[in-house]
Amino acid sequence: MTEDPILSVRDLTLDIPTAGGMLHAVRGIDFDLHRGETLCIVGESGSGKSLTSLALMGLLAPKIQRSAARIDFDGTDLLKASRRQLRHLRGARMSMIFQEPMTSLNPAYTIGDQLAETLLLHRKVSRAQARARAVELLEKVGITAAESRLSQFPHQLSGGLRQRVMIAMALMCEPELIIADEPTTALDVTIQAQILRLLVDLQREMNMAMILITHDLGVVARVADKVAVMYAGELVETGPAEAIFRQPAHPYTRGLINCIPVPGRTERGARLGTIPGIVPSLVGEVTGCPFRRRCDQAVEACAHAIPLHRLDGDTHQLRCVHPDGHRHEEVTA
Amino acid sequence: MLRFILKRLGLALLVALTVSFISFSLLFLAGDPAIAIAGESANAKDIQAIRELYGFDRPMLVQYADWLWNALRFDFGQSYYFKLPVADLIAERLSVTMTLGVCGILFALLTAVPLGVIAAIRPNSLIDRIALFLSVAGQAMPSFWFGLILIVVFAIQLGWLPASGASSWQHFIMPTVVLGYYAMPAIMRLTRAGMLEVLSADYIRTARAKGAPEGRVLFKHALRNAIIPVVSLAAVQMGFMLGGSIVVESIFALHGAGYLAWESIGRNDLPTVQALILVFALFYIVFTFLADVLNAWLDPRMRSA
Repeated sequence: MTEDPILSVRDLTLDIPTAGGMLHAVRGIDFDLHRGETLCIVGESGSGKSLTSLALMGLLAPKIQRSAARIDFDGTDLLKASRRQLRHLRGARMSMIFQEPMTSLNPAYTIGDQLAETLLLHRKVSRAQARARAVELLEKVGITAAESRLSQFPHQLSGGLRQRVMIAMALMCEPELIIADEPTTALDVTIQAQILRLLVDLQREMNMAMILITHDLGVVARVADKVAVMYAGELVETGPAEAIFRQPAHPYTRGLINCIPVPGRTERGARLGTIPGIVPSLVGEVTGCPFRRRCDQAVEACAHAIPLHRLDGDTHQLRCVHPDGHRHEEVTA
Repeated sequence: MLRFILKRLGLALLVALTVSFISFSLLFLAGDPAIAIAGESANAKDIQAIRELYGFDRPMLVQYADWLWNALRFDFGQSYYFKLPVADLIAERLSVTMTLGVCGILFALLTAVPLGVIAAIRPNSLIDRIALFLSVAGQAMPSFWFGLILIVVFAIQLGWLPASGASSWQHFIMPTVVLGYYAMPAIMRLTRAGMLEVLSADYIRTARAKGAPEGRVLFKHALRNAIIPVVSLAAVQMGFMLGGSIVVESIFALHGAGYLAWESIGRNDLPTVQALILVFALFYIVFTFLADVLNAWLDPRMRSA
């Protein structure tokens, strides 16, 4: 991995002013993503995963304050880029697929118009060429009778079909980076697997970098090259997927992995693993490890600044007072 | 789309037929029409003669069929007061009312929609506050008072505009403003509310994620969806302006159809009142139909309705 990363993020912080004070929604996110790689960001609802992805796309609501040491997309500094520069990147070189396929398409325009628009915005092509490309992509995402779908409206399609259309729309300009924010959450379980398979196949075929946001660790295990575990606005552990699953270090990561039932090994009717407690409030000053009140490894030092440890060389990082995520007797004694 | 239009057209015709029957029966609700024509000093013989002359002695349904058949050929009978064909009277007055109504609704739409859009893009900004003030003032101020103020300022003090009459386009400026300003607040607030709602929709985020410029996001993706309820409202307002501009027409002495209706009611001139009610109702029906078609074009989901 000597090649420069296509996306490099350092110390990304997002603050939301609320009536009760500043809400520190995302604090100090770092990661690198290379071409063709899949990074899975996992964490529970409200941990800041979606906000992080919107911040990368420059689609945050105006009141949310973004700061970072660096957000670099293939040599372009997204922090300094003009609105115009960002607009030319969005949809063309970086695309996003959203969680809500039912409401993410404009009800007033046909599928064909909305697909073609993406290409017409960024490339000098004729309408006929844009429509031909739309048909090509609809076929690629597994939609039958693609030609006739172009004149259909979103309300005439099912949720699964709409999400396929969203994926086709995101791929119209062959982006280098695709961000998929829980793309299957709103769909039927049977459709979920199909859509995910499709997304991963296309990502490999087109050699795109992908950020897949999910709370489904089963999905992560199947598709991720890298995993970033997010808790209450912080990345508590990042590393190669294989290392994270083989040797989860952070107590929260271990808790998450213990929550996955394994067919054959988890007894029928046995209690599924859970992590007791709730996510802390992020309004006002946030100090120490946000997980400490739910953590069975917590010690007094957890309330103070938390060091970043590197395991296995450089790639596997852990944000915990314990260098390997486990409490040792001498610390408590 | 064609099926939708035909369906709506059929519905509109049914409504028109119902309305025509109601406006015809008004003649009988208002008392014996023969007495009204003959006047108070007439004796029973005269009244009977009039009854036979005008055909009031026939069964009501026969009279209705007769009246409807004539109305379809734009023959609404003679005005009791003017002794002229009602159709000619209305045609003459309607041109004034139509001019005023069209100018009024255009004035309302051209001020309300841009203001509503800007107010929604920048909620709580200075422009939003100004728009809110204008709409509250418009709703609170009676048309006759606003009209008189305009006359005092622009006709009497400044002498820029004529105070009454309909002989040149300048005569229509103040009535247009008064009538349009009456319709403006509701249109503006509906535009603002619609835009605010649509701008937070997921498909607007999708449009931005595609790299669409902000103007395209606002006007192509948002406004088309936000304007749908405004179209329905504007159609009703337009119908109202044609039929209900009596106040404005009296203030500025514009002798339009609204003014004629008001006069004819006072004079018990039933054929004229009847015909005017039918014409005003038909306007409502036509505008509602046009609004339905426009909305179906804007929002494909309505085409199946």
